[in-house]
Amino acid sequence: MLSTPPASLAILRREMLRLYRRRGQLMQPPLFFILVAVMFPFAVGGDENQLRALAPAVVWVALLLATTLSLEDIFRGDHEDGSLEQLVLLAGSLPGACALKALAHWLSTPVPLIAMAALMSAVHGLQNETRTALLVSLLLGTPVFSLVGTIGSALTVGVRGGALLLALLILPLYIPVLIFGAGAVRNATLSMASGSEYFFLAGLSVLAATLAPFAAAAGLRARLV
Amino acid sequence: MFKTLHKYASPMHFHALARRWSTPLLWLSAVLFAAGLAGGLVMAPADYQQGESFRIIYVHVPSAWLSMFAYMVMAGAGAVSLIWRVKLMDALARAAAPLGASFTALALATGSLWGKPMWGTWWVWDARLTSELLLLFLYLGYMALQSAIDDRRAAARAGAVLAVVGVVNIPIIHYSVEWWSTLHQPATITRLGAPAMATSMLIPLLLMALAFQLLFFALLFIRARSELLEFEQRSLWVRELLGQGSPR
Repeated sequence: MLSTPPASLAILRREMLRLYRRRGQLMQPPLFFILVAVMFPFAVGGDENQLRALAPAVVWVALLLATTLSLEDIFRGDHEDGSLEQLVLLAGSLPGACALKALAHWLSTPVPLIAMAALMSAVHGLQNETRTALLVSLLLGTPVFSLVGTIGSALTVGVRGGALLLALLILPLYIPVLIFGAGAVRNATLSMASGSEYFFLAGLSVLAATLAPFAAAAGLRARLV
Repeated sequence: MFKTLHKYASPMHFHALARRWSTPLLWLSAVLFAAGLAGGLVMAPADYQQGESFRIIYVHVPSAWLSMFAYMVMAGAGAVSLIWRVKLMDALARAAAPLGASFTALALATGSLWGKPMWGTWWVWDARLTSELLLLFLYLGYMALQSAIDDRRAAARAGAVLAVVGVVNIPIIHYSVEWWSTLHQPATITRLGAPAMATSMLIPLLLMALAFQLLFFALLFIRARSELLEFEQRSLWVRELLGQGSPR
């Protein structure tokens, strides 16, 4: 997609550097994630069994919400300082740049969240099979969040009230991942195989990786031209 | 044929065409509604299992069909507008969204009215119901995006991208939800082989479907006309139409 490997490396390096310089902000999604997950014991009450049954669903939904809140940042900074226009003007590489943006977002938000989820599932005393299924399904499914989220972020760049609008646009598109991801964990809890769910999640990720960068590029062009 | 197509892709000619056709379409749809409702509510026999409550299908099924048809119109127009930059298609896509959302809401409402006596509950997390609800959210998201971006052309193009992405997603949503759980009955009419439905019940349903379809097109034309007038408010033909003379 990109004309030269050095160009894509440069874009990725710039993204990671940009994220590293605002590492305080990077802590926000994990904190939000923990807060949402902590709300549930208060709301449900102290029943251990009920909480353990709910835990995988809570982790999936909390992670989904935390990711959604971070999507706005993918293009906002670049839009404000004008470098987004430069990115659009780069010859023939906009879908590639969008894919790299999605990759950087995945590394900076869902991956730390998954690490956090691993920690929390250990604390909550989930069974080994359940924990494995949770982590594998998260690893396979979350690329869709970043890739499809890039489209939403591109479409709402520079729009007032962008964060909430972005959530409205993007959450319905996340439902399939949630269904298969939570399904994989549920199967593991019942000691059934989760293979088909894994394949579906991987398939959705591959589909999103092939199509979403082009849609995000079209979205950016629609917003900026 | 291509010449005609090209002619009616221009906002001015389409506006004239839509103005000519919307009223006859409305009348035709009203006649079909009268025939379909008479056939469905009075002449068709009560169902042997469901009694009189089955009659809600005469509203439910056509609106459910249209909820998907309107999305295809919206996304198709969006795709054409993204590829060939046809202004008319922007207007059509924007006009189709609220109509599609209304038909989706109508299908959901009538479905839950039917569900209460039949399934004993207003709502179940069934495949069809959930994917129809998500379709409603896709429409509402499109409309929210339209109202959030001030520039109409930019809003229409952003909406077109969203609508096309939604098309990719609709089968995924549909099947993921279907494999997840299901209670809604499978298709009765659009299946292979003969429809599993008595003719006296089927004919009014088809009449109603046609009436809904014509109503959709009549409303689409009316809405697209006003969209076009707003899109093109600075152009000569709109000013002439409104009797304001030339711009300068």
